[in-house]
Amino acid sequence: MTYAVRHASVRFSGTLALDDVSLQVEPGSVVAVVGGDGAGKTTLLRSLVGKVQLEQGEVDAPPPEAIGYLPATAGSWLSLSVAQNMDFVGGIYGLSGEALVSRRDELLERAALGHTVDRLASQLSGGMRRKLGFSMAMLHDPPLLVLDEPSTGIDPVSRVDLWRLVSEAAAAGAAVVMSTTYLDEAERAASLLALEGGRTLASGTLQDVLDSFVGAITRTTTPHRRAWAWRRGREYHEYWPTTVDVPIDSVAVTPDLEDVVITMSMLKRHDSELAS
Amino acid sequence: MTHPDEAETLPAVLLRADRVSRTFGAVTAVDDVTMRVGPGEVVGLLGANGAGKTTLIRMLLGLLATSVGDVELLGGPPDLELRRRLGYVPQGLGLYRDLTVAENLAFTAQAYGAIPPELSESLRLVADRLVADLPLGLQRQLAFIAALAHDPEVLVLDEPTSGVDALARAALWDTIHEQAEKGVGVLVTTHNMKEAEQCDRLLLMSQARLVAQGSEADIIGFTTAIAVRTKEWARAFAVLNEAGQPVMLAGRDVRVADADADHVRTILADAGVTAEVTGVPATIEERMMVLARAPEEP
Repeated sequence: MTYAVRHASVRFSGTLALDDVSLQVEPGSVVAVVGGDGAGKTTLLRSLVGKVQLEQGEVDAPPPEAIGYLPATAGSWLSLSVAQNMDFVGGIYGLSGEALVSRRDELLERAALGHTVDRLASQLSGGMRRKLGFSMAMLHDPPLLVLDEPSTGIDPVSRVDLWRLVSEAAAAGAAVVMSTTYLDEAERAASLLALEGGRTLASGTLQDVLDSFVGAITRTTTPHRRAWAWRRGREYHEYWPTTVDVPIDSVAVTPDLEDVVITMSMLKRHDSELAS
Repeated sequence: MTHPDEAETLPAVLLRADRVSRTFGAVTAVDDVTMRVGPGEVVGLLGANGAGKTTLIRMLLGLLATSVGDVELLGGPPDLELRRRLGYVPQGLGLYRDLTVAENLAFTAQAYGAIPPELSESLRLVADRLVADLPLGLQRQLAFIAALAHDPEVLVLDEPTSGVDALARAALWDTIHEQAEKGVGVLVTTHNMKEAEQCDRLLLMSQARLVAQGSEADIIGFTTAIAVRTKEWARAFAVLNEAGQPVMLAGRDVRVADADADHVRTILADAGVTAEVTGVPATIEERMMVLARAPEEP
């Protein structure tokens, strides 16, 4: 079963929050939705889990009891212990007794939270709290797992742990959609969707997105057109619409995901400035 | 602003820690760290939460006393006078959310005895709006402008680009490099490993210690990872994970940090998984994971 949001548009008090955005995820794979604050990531994920009304478009998702959802904020009750958080959510999904205890302990063990069962959620570090939220979303073993920025604000070592948990879920057959502000997480997913201002910048596998790039990127210490250049360390990378435009004194580089996303953002802004 | 002929009068080191430690009760938060930041340098401070980065920064700024060792800010023990020559953007941005953009800048400028700085075009459009109502990218831009208003000689930035998109991040790094080119020394923390390449030099902390320093290549050193390419990635992932290998998913490939290729081949062969197993250079995250998992040295 493929889950999807197709051609979704969402409007909040007159403003288009999503403009014709599509997302598709297969069982046993991870799709990353990447973008900054205000890109529309949360709105798209909430559309998929049925928490947002679409103005246009359609959603193919399983019923709510077959979805595990980790919201961007919260995800656990701070004044409850780790075990109480798990038991409460387990109860909602009709898990109890031995079945609940064994599933709970297995998930906490995998998340390296086994030693924290009696600790209040408020006493966990940011990374541990996100892993608790993930474990709560996984309790009922949902075929669709939707994670809103599980790794924002947590450190690189905890992030590796979290990515391992996400990978385990996908390896066990779940369809996983996760949003992130980190491009390296998007690179590690089976496919990615880059959003900006509620619109699609790029989508597909990493290779699809890299292949969709048109033009050339050069590396230089003194950019020819400052508005079309950005820093990569002490040097700049600069965008050219076609390879013919590249000045002879410039060195072409193979664009990576960061180059492609920055260029597509610049082009989109340039277009909308011309239009207005 | 630094003129070439003024260069000699600049202190050679802007931030310095010399064998610095800090304990809180029985806990050692920073353990024997020596580091420095010179003029025009962009130095990245990396590490997990709890590795000691924030404690080190607070000591460098004179906000926290050292238990052992000396720190210097702009050539002397950090005090209020020296801190006036410093620009600091904390993780929480340090803006007044219930004041407007213009009011925030007027307030900071007055506190430092400077003239309120000019706004970028995008901030001019929202000068009279409350900071709380702005998107995060603009809030980060504003925090930078506020921190730079008094022409500081040192900049300390705690996760300056967290949460913003690639283009906004590029704009913030433009500003950081412009400052460095003027001679400002920059100490910056980040959780985004893609930003390691933006720094001239990296300091990597783990469990209160400075465990590695240098360029990204220096830090990765000879650490390798194993790339496993197979049609059965889910099974490969599962058997390696069960065998306790530090395994990661990368697209449709599986990577194992700090493993022995032959050992990985054996695990896969025993489980009947056909795969192509090759050694590849590790990423900086993989190196950090290896250092974080390493047992305490005697």
